[in-house]
Amino acid sequence: MKILVPVKRVVDPYAKVKPLPDGSGLDVAGVKFDVNPFDEIAVEEAVRMKEADPSVHVTVVSVGTSESEEQLRKALAMGADEAVLVETGDPMDSGVVAAELEAVVRQVQPDLVLMGKQATDDDNNQAGQMLAARLGWPQATFACKIARAGDHIEVTRETDAGEETLRLALPCVVTTDLRLNEPRYIALPGIIKARSKPLAKQARATDARPKSRVTTMAAPPPRAAGRKVASVDELIGALRERGSL
Amino acid sequence: MRLLLIAFDPLDAVAGAGFAQQFGAPFDIVQVTGAPVTDLGAGTVHSAGLETVPVADALAEAVLGLAREATHTVAVSAMRSKDVLARLAGHLDAAMVTDVVAFESPTVFHRPMVAGTVVATVEVLETPVVLTLRPAGFNKADRSGESAVQPLAVGEGRAVRLSQTVRGGSRPDLSQAKTVVSGGRPMKDAETFERVIGGLADKLGGAAGATRAAVDSGIAPNELQVGQTGKIVAPDLYIAAGVSGSTQHMAGIKDSKVIVAINKDPDAPIFEIADFGLVADLYEAIPELMQKL
Repeated sequence: MKILVPVKRVVDPYAKVKPLPDGSGLDVAGVKFDVNPFDEIAVEEAVRMKEADPSVHVTVVSVGTSESEEQLRKALAMGADEAVLVETGDPMDSGVVAAELEAVVRQVQPDLVLMGKQATDDDNNQAGQMLAARLGWPQATFACKIARAGDHIEVTRETDAGEETLRLALPCVVTTDLRLNEPRYIALPGIIKARSKPLAKQARATDARPKSRVTTMAAPPPRAAGRKVASVDELIGALRERGSL
Repeated sequence: MRLLLIAFDPLDAVAGAGFAQQFGAPFDIVQVTGAPVTDLGAGTVHSAGLETVPVADALAEAVLGLAREATHTVAVSAMRSKDVLARLAGHLDAAMVTDVVAFESPTVFHRPMVAGTVVATVEVLETPVVLTLRPAGFNKADRSGESAVQPLAVGEGRAVRLSQTVRGGSRPDLSQAKTVVSGGRPMKDAETFERVIGGLADKLGGAAGATRAAVDSGIAPNELQVGQTGKIVAPDLYIAAGVSGSTQHMAGIKDSKVIVAINKDPDAPIFEIADFGLVADLYEAIPELMQKL
């Protein structure tokens, strides 16, 4: 079984970032970058499937600048077998990424694409579903449990009202949610081993162009400063005065 | 211009119709479950009349023909709509804008990014376009007029649903509730969460919510998670008890009218955005609050 895991380089999700004063983008000076946390969960799940069944082969792919090699190396250090970097500095939206991933799927021919439900920078939650549609494959988003069952997989997914379990024929696309697993800590031998794993760089395969673009970024309007209350009685009084109770 | 509103249930139709009316273009509704709502000013309500929402591939295919005739296909932001509408955008090869909070024109939208630390202006370069929207930023729907109703057939999906757990009970839906009471990890266990947070929520006729930490540690069920990757809430009153206020959690509550924080740590970040902050032990403050309300 072949698994393809797309990973995205994102600004450290735990760093405090602000828009640039001119609104042209994010101020990322001095901020670290990392693998999108949801993609890291996808890599972890693929590696666990490989550990349970050595015939599983895990390819990670990133569509982005040469700097994304750092994130691909991390995925290799976690246990992925090989990496593909579709190297580009072009402006992209989710549709462009899905088109490029579709081309990589045709090249790698995986049985399963496992990827984060959303990236923590753009918070879009689009690329996995768009890829599934382009391929005509079934999808399971927001996965919190994945079990193999012959030529199918069973995916338990979080829903607005609880959980549900879907049975999907392979090939299919699964997007990961927070509670699927806890990604491992990478030990030094893994980092050293990752240096010698294959990482192929290639140019874009499509001429897809973005259909949307971010024109400006601004800080959200601040909430008016509130106040501390000294007691439950004062809180109830304040809420009654505001009409909240 | 023509807008297609994908409504997953009757409440969803009402919540989304406010945007559709404000947008100003003629619109139709696809209503997936429940009795069709026909007094929202839509031309036609395409009613699937189902009891549960079908799997994404089946629903995306069922509405694809209607979406091809629309310039804008929209739905209220939720896990179910992100699942289906992003797939639909893939079929249409259309631009998609997630979590729209405002619009400047039919092609320029505002949406939060990076856990709500940024509001981005997104320009769509061609139609059709697919949107999910947060209703709090738009007008409430006017109820008037009478729409035609047509049946909508939904075929079998390629994914097969084996089982479904729907929790929730008697409390209102978290993303639509007028009052939300949320708890964090200081709730020791599920029973304490239910007694303290659930108890106050019931007293106020509201919904219960939770932080990611509380959900991860099994104190609260996953569908109660509020924040960047969970539910976005916009109630009249949000009470956060024992919630420290991570960026990710605050991204989900910023549109609340009034935020109350109860926390024994006076330096908790939640106090920075709370309208009223009470530095207190929640195990003393909440019982007192319940008794005096």
